[in-house]
Amino acid sequence: MGNILEIKNLVCGYVEKEIIKQVSFSAKEGEFLGIIGPNGSGKTTLLRSITGLLKYWEGEVLYNGRNISKIPLREFAQNVAVLPQILNINFSFTVQQLVLMGRYPYLKKFQSISKKDLDIAKNSMSLTDISHLTERRVGELSGGEWQRVLIAQALTQEPKLLLLDEPTTHLDITHQIETLDLIKKLNKEKNLTIIVVLHDLNMASEYCEKIIMLENGEIYREGTPEEVLTYKNIEEVYKTIVVVIENPVSKKPHVVLIPGKEGTNEKRTHTNLHG
Amino acid sequence: MKLNKIILFISLTISLIVAAILCLTFGASKIGLYDTVYTLLHPGSENIFQSIIWQIRFPRIIFAIIVGAGLAATGCIFQGLLRNPLADPYTLGTSGGAAFGVTLCVVTGLLKSGILYMPIFAFLGAFVSILLVYEIASMKRFSISTLILGGVVLNFLFSSFVLFIFSIMQTENVHSTILWLMGDLSSARIELIKIISSVVILGIILLSLFSRELDILTLGEEKATYLGMDTENVRKIFFIIASIIVGACVSVSGIIGFVGLLIPHLMRKITGPVHAVLIPASALAGAIFLTICDTLARTIIAPIELPVGVITGIFGSLVFLSFLIKSKKWEIF
Repeated sequence: MGNILEIKNLVCGYVEKEIIKQVSFSAKEGEFLGIIGPNGSGKTTLLRSITGLLKYWEGEVLYNGRNISKIPLREFAQNVAVLPQILNINFSFTVQQLVLMGRYPYLKKFQSISKKDLDIAKNSMSLTDISHLTERRVGELSGGEWQRVLIAQALTQEPKLLLLDEPTTHLDITHQIETLDLIKKLNKEKNLTIIVVLHDLNMASEYCEKIIMLENGEIYREGTPEEVLTYKNIEEVYKTIVVVIENPVSKKPHVVLIPGKEGTNEKRTHTNLHG
Repeated sequence: MKLNKIILFISLTISLIVAAILCLTFGASKIGLYDTVYTLLHPGSENIFQSIIWQIRFPRIIFAIIVGAGLAATGCIFQGLLRNPLADPYTLGTSGGAAFGVTLCVVTGLLKSGILYMPIFAFLGAFVSILLVYEIASMKRFSISTLILGGVVLNFLFSSFVLFIFSIMQTENVHSTILWLMGDLSSARIELIKIISSVVILGIILLSLFSRELDILTLGEEKATYLGMDTENVRKIFFIIASIIVGACVSVSGIIGFVGLLIPHLMRKITGPVHAVLIPASALAGAIFLTICDTLARTIIAPIELPVGVITGIFGSLVFLSFLIKSKKWEIF
């Protein structure tokens, strides 16, 4: 299996501020890749430059070997779907209308929605288990349902690569698990390559095959959850004391937070906890 | 299209025709329904109503229909572009710009040298203000808050210029300018009826054709780009067409408030937010609304004519207010 996405020496940022500094990594076809890092480490910026929304300053982003700046927007959208972190809609479209918008990159000017488009949308809705919500309007959806609608819309683009920016923020644990289970299912069943920015280290640990840990716009560590999610790496990057244990069921690393005590000497706590 | 949509369009069209014909009967001299229809169907016949119907009331009602449709349709566009259901065609400083243009026209004496100067100045004022706001916003990566705030500030600026000019202007001119600012169809020039109608109707058709793009844009620039849309170009097309329509409406009618805000808002509750349906439905509803309002303005305290903007203002804000109070949870969306 080849690399579906390859990022070489990427440098980018906003106006004058350089945010991503010399980042290189690649995603294999069918891989489930997570990007983690503290606030301001450049996760969202990295995602935005991978999608071409933000023009990068230096380096290259290759999709299946082609430079993304050379791929027309529509063609790109037929291959790569993106779920931004925040998506507010002030207009009450129905679920089906929203999901059908995923066909936009395929429709020529003035071409109307065909039976085939509708079938694809219906299929995405059943995959994401929202078929019963077809005629529901945006404002009437719960957070978890809304997230599934957005995923269904993305699937309707029939992408090979799905990029998600913190899809579980604002969701309770049930819906966090539900959303990530769904993404995992799509990854396995449709061989959809996933690149997901995650806040929650344990979610990243449970679901991702490979994790990229960012610090100040650079890759601090890259590898399997076991390799990246060590207490040393986390304490170094997040400046927070943690203990990493093993999840008794999945055997994946599990990060446990240690609340800071006033006046506690950091160094001492460190030794106490980790022997 | 689904059956209920077809029924909606047919009933809106019929309502418009009925409203227009009924409104033709009202005026300083009451003309019976039979005589009105007869005169309409026999434009060449010689009867006493000929000139009243064809030369006075008919053009006036056509203007009301065109301006109402134009304002309501552009209201949909600006609400969609700004992703804000409370935007209206004047959000981007149009009213201030047009008022400034007209005041300039009056103060420089151009008004007296040719009847077409006033609409041209109004159009230019409206158009230039939208371009200015657009330019300001594009410096800021086109944030919606910059657009809205830019519009508000520019409106203030232009209105202050207008007030400045008023305060040093001769009083006779002030009165007619104020009437115009309140939105008034009585001074609409019959000479302009063809050009304004074609601009507005063509504009609304174009906007409806691009409506899918507008649906996608309501998801925000970022998501629209991810769906493969060249948002910058699409946005520009919408802004230019909508600005031309607003400019055309303002040039013949002054600043008629609330049509562009209220009508798309009400129609969205009936048709849903899909613009392919919403834009034409709002245009029809706007036409009906303004035709009725303008007839009220002509007749309510006859022989004095009110500026129609006063009627739409009162009517519109009362409807909006009842909305605000009645609905259990305030769903502006």
